Amino acid sequence: MEMESAIVKYEGLLAETIRIAGHDGDEIGAYFARPLGSGPYPGVIVIHHMPGWDEATKEITRRFAAHGYVAVCHNLHYREGPNSSPDDAAAAARAAGGVPDDRFVGDTGGALRYLRALPYATGKVGVIGYCSGGRQAYLAACRLPLDAAVDCYGAFVVGTPPAGMPLRMEPIIGLTASLSCPLLGLFGAEDTHPSSAETAQIEEALTTHHKPYEFHTYPGAGHAFFATDRVSYRPEAAVDGWQRIWTWFGRYLNT
Amino acid sequence: MCSYATQKTAVAGSGKGPDGWFRLGSATVYFDHPYHAPYEHTLNIDFANEELGPGSRVAVELSAESARELVRCVEAALAAAGLPAHGDS
Repeated sequence: MEMESAIVKYEGLLAETIRIAGHDGDEIGAYFARPLGSGPYPGVIVIHHMPGWDEATKEITRRFAAHGYVAVCHNLHYREGPNSSPDDAAAAARAAGGVPDDRFVGDTGGALRYLRALPYATGKVGVIGYCSGGRQAYLAACRLPLDAAVDCYGAFVVGTPPAGMPLRMEPIIGLTASLSCPLLGLFGAEDTHPSSAETAQIEEALTTHHKPYEFHTYPGAGHAFFATDRVSYRPEAAVDGWQRIWTWFGRYLNT
Repeated sequence: MCSYATQKTAVAGSGKGPDGWFRLGSATVYFDHPYHAPYEHTLNIDFANEELGPGSRVAVELSAESARELVRCVEAALAAAGLPAHGDS
């Protein structure tokens, strides 16, 4: 028994809701998770998808803490419903035209400041986003001083949604020259938003501007292949994708 | 696919949510990821009264086939009541 306990490494984490100062100093809600140790730990900002600040995204946030990162996932729909369920707040945000890009950048800058000020943080911070959060992770990496970024199947980095919709979603590929950090892109070959032609356009822009990046497109996978609670889940792509995420953040945040 | 495809229209009528009946102001219609239904994408409708807050919402997430059948039934019900189809004089 003594020998057994000697070889079992202690693991522990803390996860809780917090409040941070977001865009224009507004107070917004966030989910925060960190390993139970003295650190110092690098940080990760998790950007939730359009269906909201939901249980699945909070689980992802805890996963980063379990892997040795202090992680924060701020509620992008907080203003639409600070005390509402995530789906109601997401619906209200969509009906109002979506999350404005400037507000998103302001809120994410607040999450970045929060992580960098922690006494047990290294100060290195990456960003990762899924679905609409993939586009926003790209946007954050272009407008904020980050150390690494991961875009998981974000649509409309290039291209514009059809006209006549209430959603205000502008292409952001023109910001690529300002990309502040190395970018990992994980996509599904069967996805149509973003399509393989669109991810090729992003690669072209990254190459033109001499930005370090790696893109991986998984055959047999479509959109949202990481989502374990959806029929789109593809374990082979997800397992490989998670490994690439650990390698990427390990390379750029842990050195 | 993350379509962002969203249509919005004003509606007049009432809906029943967890706190009872309330007046509706808008319907947001989109074909995108559902929150609950076990499909990759669904036709989602949020009947809402934005003045009353995000919780004043009646939400449905329908398979594409169900949504088309619903449209047919709505048109059939209105036609059966003698109301002209949209666009007809």
